[in-house]
Amino acid sequence: MWQYVISRVVQAGIVIVAVTLITFLTLHMGGDPTYLYVSDRASDEEIQLVRERLGFDRPLHVQYLSFLGGLVQGDTGRSLTYRTPAMNVVIERLPATIELTVMAMLIAVVFAIPLGVIAALNRGTAVDGGIMAMAMFGQSIPSFWLGIMLILFVGLGLSWLPISGHVPVLEPLLKGDFERAWTNLPNALRYLIMPAFTISLFSMSRNARLVRSSMLEVLSQDYVRTARSKGLREWNVVMRHALRNAWMPVVTMLGLEFGFLLSGVVVVETVFSWPGVGRLVFNAINQRDVPLVQSAVVMFAGVFVLLNLIVDLLYARLDPRVRLS
Amino acid sequence: MTPPSISQAPQMTMAAPTTRRDAARRAWRSLTRAVWPLVAIAILLVITFAAIAGPSIVPKDPNRQNIINRLQPPMVADREGVVQHYLGTDALGRDVYSRLIYGARVSLLVGFTAVFIGGALGVVLGMTGGYLGGRVDALIMRLADIQLAFPFILLAIMFLVVLGSGVLNLVLILGIGQWVTYARIARAQTMSQREKEYVEAALALGASGASVLFKTILPNILAPLIVIASFNVASVILAEAALSFLGLGVPPTVPTWGGMLAESRDQLLAGRWWLAVYPGVAIMLTVLSFNILGDWLRDFLDPRLRGAD
Repeated sequence: MWQYVISRVVQAGIVIVAVTLITFLTLHMGGDPTYLYVSDRASDEEIQLVRERLGFDRPLHVQYLSFLGGLVQGDTGRSLTYRTPAMNVVIERLPATIELTVMAMLIAVVFAIPLGVIAALNRGTAVDGGIMAMAMFGQSIPSFWLGIMLILFVGLGLSWLPISGHVPVLEPLLKGDFERAWTNLPNALRYLIMPAFTISLFSMSRNARLVRSSMLEVLSQDYVRTARSKGLREWNVVMRHALRNAWMPVVTMLGLEFGFLLSGVVVVETVFSWPGVGRLVFNAINQRDVPLVQSAVVMFAGVFVLLNLIVDLLYARLDPRVRLS
Repeated sequence: MTPPSISQAPQMTMAAPTTRRDAARRAWRSLTRAVWPLVAIAILLVITFAAIAGPSIVPKDPNRQNIINRLQPPMVADREGVVQHYLGTDALGRDVYSRLIYGARVSLLVGFTAVFIGGALGVVLGMTGGYLGGRVDALIMRLADIQLAFPFILLAIMFLVVLGSGVLNLVLILGIGQWVTYARIARAQTMSQREKEYVEAALALGASGASVLFKTILPNILAPLIVIASFNVASVILAEAALSFLGLGVPPTVPTWGGMLAESRDQLLAGRWWLAVYPGVAIMLTVLSFNILGDWLRDFLDPRLRGAD
């Protein structure tokens, strides 16, 4: 087990280095980023001065290696636009994005599992058809459009929820200010519901379909028939025998889901003016703020790799037949 | 979508329903299902027609600005009682209906081309890895892992910001973003087909490796790939719309659905709903149709894949 974890962590390290290399090369493919930081009328000397100050005068491989050297020590350089350590800028924005993704994941799972189970138990009926049609729609609606529609109808039309902005909960919580976190909570949720729902709809729909099909598979297995013929109540059969096994594909999915939620985050944070990492990184790319983009990418890739590792370990725990190797 | 990256779920086979009630239910289900694929095909035909015949069927030049008539709601008649703009006009007075029709072009073009590029790349790499095994295979799969760990949207944004937006760059990056899905399936299928007798027979008859791969094995593993491709067109169209929405798609002079939605944001607070509703509905209908088609194709071509998306 530990051997497996260690080899996976080493692999993850290699993946993260590769990811930073790709990021680095892509950002430099378009030529010298210095020109984004000087005015049109700057003289050659001034440009050269800025180039040296930003470190873009060094050969590419030196720039990259010095970045890697810093990364090992947890230093990803200073943001070119914020002029503070880039990782700090990312970490500052992280709580808002975590609030959003966790809430989205929560909504997705809380709705997807019962919907999928209900559809499977009512296979072939109007209930099943209705849920599956909804799921099909949910997978086909562009998230940013859903966001715009919610703003238009729920926010502006009905005035039920605020259309943009953010009230922090996680940030005061992390700073130990429980009182502020608690008083902020109701308001924070009001701001959170629309963007989180917007991001989650796709995952919710896909997971509902996944739960349904995996439930159908499990329900036709012999052990379910055995459980039924033992005279167990249907509720027990479904909850204790079937659902437990139908979980598996969903658990696998959740790890990968993060990547999806993330692509949602960049777009949906823009729609709802959410002050998170998604919007930050989008702006940073536009500014070619290489250290800032690198920090965000390292953060995202790291979280992604870590989540997948957790999922795999969880998987082995849930299903003893899976051997880690 | 993408299968689990590291550990594979144990394959479970579906027990064939044997009772008469089950059979009847299945028949009923496939009947009801057959209606929707037809609707989906009809919608896609209309959209394809709009994309191909665009210039000859649009009532107005989609880029012609008319500031006097700007922000006109849909179905407003002019002084002579004639409706000039069925779906209204945007902030520059351009005809929304005409732009919507033109938007179909980019969506379909990008959707199909990117899937073709990604599919071809993925199939070649996946089949090669699955057939040769060993180091080549390990290298290809490691590349796939790296790509999976990389949030694709970030790669796409970086690529387009640095190299500039445009249809070619868009198609390239979206295509490259898809190869892993195809490579994994092609690899797994090739590995299972490699040991089959018909492959051995072809080899014994003196066929070369490449010929065995693409002439003998490929036709036998095409079904799941086609199924994935149809879902993939849907997700590529969504990705294109998202990138256009972020202002990274094609140049602003080319009307796209995502671009129209991006422009609609400034008009939201003023309640100009028509600018946001129609392009979104267009994207949704297109994506929905491809998804329904994919579902049906999967059941039709390869029932074993049911629920595997």
